[in-house]
Amino acid sequence: MSKISMTVNGKPASGEAEGRTLLVEFLRGELGLTGTHVGCDTSQCGACVVHVNGEAVKACTMFAGEADGAEVTTIEGMANPDGSLNAIQQAFQDHHGLQCGFCTPGMVMSAAALLKDNPKPSEAEVRDYLEGNICRCTGYHNIVKAIMAASGQDVTAIAAE
Amino acid sequence: MPKDHGIGASSKRREDVRFLTGKGRYTDDINIRGQAYVHFLRSDVAHGKINGLDTSAAESAPGVLRVFTGADFEGVGGLPCGWQVTDREGNPMQEPAHPVLAQGKVRHVGDPIAAVVAETYEQARDAAEQITVDIEELPAVMDMKAALKPDAPKVHEDLTSNLCYDWGFVEENREATNAAFEKAHHVTTLELVNQRLVANPMEPRVAIGDYAAHSDESTLYTTSQNPHVIRLLMGAFVLGIPEHKLRVVAPDVGGGFGSKIFHYAEEAFCTFAAKALKRPVKWVSSRSEAFLSDAQGRDHVTRIELALDAEGHFQALRTETYANMGAYLSTFSTSVPTWLHGTLMAGNYRTPLIYVNVKAVFTNTVPVDAYRGAGRPEATFQLERVIDKAAREMGIDPVELRRRNFVTEFPYATPVAVEYDTGDYNATLDRALEMADWDGFEARAAESAKKGLWRGRGINSYIEACGIAPSQLVGQLGARAGLYESATVRVNATGGLVVMTGSHSHGQGHETAFPQVIADMIGIDESQVEIVHGDTANTPMGMGTYGSRSIAVGGSAMVRAAEKVIAKAKKIAAHLMEAAPEDVELKDGQFSVAGTDKSIAWGDVTLAAYVPHNYPLDEIEPGLEETAFYDPSNFTYPAGAYVCEVEVDPETGKVRVDRFAAADDFGNVVNPMIVEGQVHGGLAQGIGQALLEGCTYDETGQLLSASYMDYAMPRADDLPSFQVDHSCQTPCTHNPLGVKGCGEAGAIGSPPALVNAVVDALQRGGKDVTHIDMPLSPARVWAAMQ
Repeated sequence: MSKISMTVNGKPASGEAEGRTLLVEFLRGELGLTGTHVGCDTSQCGACVVHVNGEAVKACTMFAGEADGAEVTTIEGMANPDGSLNAIQQAFQDHHGLQCGFCTPGMVMSAAALLKDNPKPSEAEVRDYLEGNICRCTGYHNIVKAIMAASGQDVTAIAAE
Repeated sequence: MPKDHGIGASSKRREDVRFLTGKGRYTDDINIRGQAYVHFLRSDVAHGKINGLDTSAAESAPGVLRVFTGADFEGVGGLPCGWQVTDREGNPMQEPAHPVLAQGKVRHVGDPIAAVVAETYEQARDAAEQITVDIEELPAVMDMKAALKPDAPKVHEDLTSNLCYDWGFVEENREATNAAFEKAHHVTTLELVNQRLVANPMEPRVAIGDYAAHSDESTLYTTSQNPHVIRLLMGAFVLGIPEHKLRVVAPDVGGGFGSKIFHYAEEAFCTFAAKALKRPVKWVSSRSEAFLSDAQGRDHVTRIELALDAEGHFQALRTETYANMGAYLSTFSTSVPTWLHGTLMAGNYRTPLIYVNVKAVFTNTVPVDAYRGAGRPEATFQLERVIDKAAREMGIDPVELRRRNFVTEFPYATPVAVEYDTGDYNATLDRALEMADWDGFEARAAESAKKGLWRGRGINSYIEACGIAPSQLVGQLGARAGLYESATVRVNATGGLVVMTGSHSHGQGHETAFPQVIADMIGIDESQVEIVHGDTANTPMGMGTYGSRSIAVGGSAMVRAAEKVIAKAKKIAAHLMEAAPEDVELKDGQFSVAGTDKSIAWGDVTLAAYVPHNYPLDEIEPGLEETAFYDPSNFTYPAGAYVCEVEVDPETGKVRVDRFAAADDFGNVVNPMIVEGQVHGGLAQGIGQALLEGCTYDETGQLLSASYMDYAMPRADDLPSFQVDHSCQTPCTHNPLGVKGCGEAGAIGSPPALVNAVVDALQRGGKDVTHIDMPLSPARVWAAMQ
């Protein structure tokens, strides 16, 4: 066991971790940030995506020790300072981009990373970017729509409902 | 103008706020002080005799509290099957024991042999590696037809064979059906496989057992679609805990799609171990473990024959299906290929004679049970594929052949024991064709041809039966459960309401949609209504959520309870306004007396119910809380038509779905936004089945598709945006909301539309291909073209 310290959602956080402890296990178990989820064990599903030093990372692909000293943002740190939903979160609610909610934290974190790099993605670019995030509920239709709406684009062109 | 509140409004989901901010409370988010962790040692062979099991090293490993084996469960009941099917001879099905931990034999890869409980998960897992198991491997029973040969090895030695049942439906129609085939002008035959799938909700299963010594009460937190059913099955049949000493909580649940209906060994184990160890015991499935232990779906091998007259009118239909049960009977496994499949074989069509034969077979594979659609996708796939093939063989347009045979008058009693109450199959077909621009196909096909691609189009008309009921009937058919739903409507003194429902939301949005109904009935804001679900301690006994039953059955129970509340509130209001109860009306949250200017607010009446100073105490009790149990008189019958257009690359066999239009008739719709989302999700799972997914074992019973590296889940770039429509509405005639259910439609209707489209593309490309088994991977499509 060793002590790991990092800045999580803007606040200092520390805890104990074994060498084999994954970042996602540390966030959930040690720091109690259970918004980040584990949906697989092969780094395929993307439910555990967080931001480490500003980059989207699957928190199951990284040991907690590797994030020692890093700036980490999780879904718990995404809302506006007044607690209201941020633009991406609000678009997910407005466009029904979630059902069971389990993949949602990873989707929101991936969407934020996409829009940072590509502020006006096309539908094809959104679909391509989400290749590493699996959702079993929505068929992705409304997730794609929500992300495009969050980028300020007109989404009426996306197949009629 | 679209409605902005109540029934018919696309109210935004209130549950989204917690899910979007990381505040959801799923079972794995629950940690109880002092909890220990369990790791299951699972069989790595498909079939074998356990000759020795040495747990001594594991027991003395660091942190280990106890190692459990099958011997610890010898005095405990096995996992029960909830539906007894009767075979063609009138005999009950063969029903093997299903121990919590293997006793003497392992029967599938993943069968739990031992369970290590330790202080940490890592210690439990490390210790499990020190268990020595001596397994004498036996030949694996994999192929269903081979499994039924007299000399086949048996999955269960105490049964007479690997046949669970040989079911005929309707047995009395068999001779007449065969006779109709003798006289038919044309017979179309198709052999097909409806491949095994894995439900794969994104949240893996979790169970936490907790035991309170001071009250002798056990609590199970579990990822379930139906906590009351788990409490009944586990308490009464497995562990012998009376229901008043057992609480089952299913908090936020991350999807189910059927796989979280069933009572699983891990739930019973954690509850049992928590009591034995006086410690909370937690199990969290890994995804790899889920592939080996969650009940899987489909896995039917079918031969279907359709008899037609010279004009293409359906004369008779007969099918023979082999249905894989896996190694044990999961909770509702036996009902899926029978009562949820045979009863749907009429589809949307007037076929006077139908005979369905199903042979359910044990194999050395993970148990198979309901997965989104459950029997109805299997029925629809066969029927819609054979109709398409018949259309080609007879040179009749596939749209026209369907129209020629549609049921158009309702109610309609099918020859397979169900009665459709309402529907308009031409209307949904017209709408689907319009949305997909059916008439513009040739121009698009020409454009595709310029790119060297073959374009094809396929249609499908489906019907499903939702809200399985009534209890009296299903009891006669072998169900060991009732199929009602319950609700308690509790009105608080200041006028807000809490609805405690036996239904359960794991993504369907009950917390938003159910209040829309109540808000309309009373005329108050939706925000005044709270939904409580998922905890046996604070909800009435209910059957949970599956089979698209929540709004049709659970919503109806809620309406009935609210009606009782309103009737009582009117009596109180009548007293306060000095009027006769029958003259009191409730509208927009105000009680008024017809023909007068007397009125009183909802909140004043509810306050009077709890502060009964001026109250007819000699006539009615104080308080305002009512419970209703609703047992439907029939299934509901959503139906619709789907159109799929694909491009096939003749060089590679790669299929791209270019457009998908779905026109559904769900009767009345409470929240259109949620309904559309349900269809989207169903379509993705159906297209996933048709194009990508397949659960594959090798001949020794090893699961080859045991992770997301090998099992192809649909991803965002595999799917198009969908066109969905539910404007064709023929309300259900027998429930108070006129609703039909929408959860499974997409998964039922999409696979045949897609396969029909690919076959069409290949035929247009000059290939004489009449069928390809799913999933239509590039390799399979390419091979079919050669």
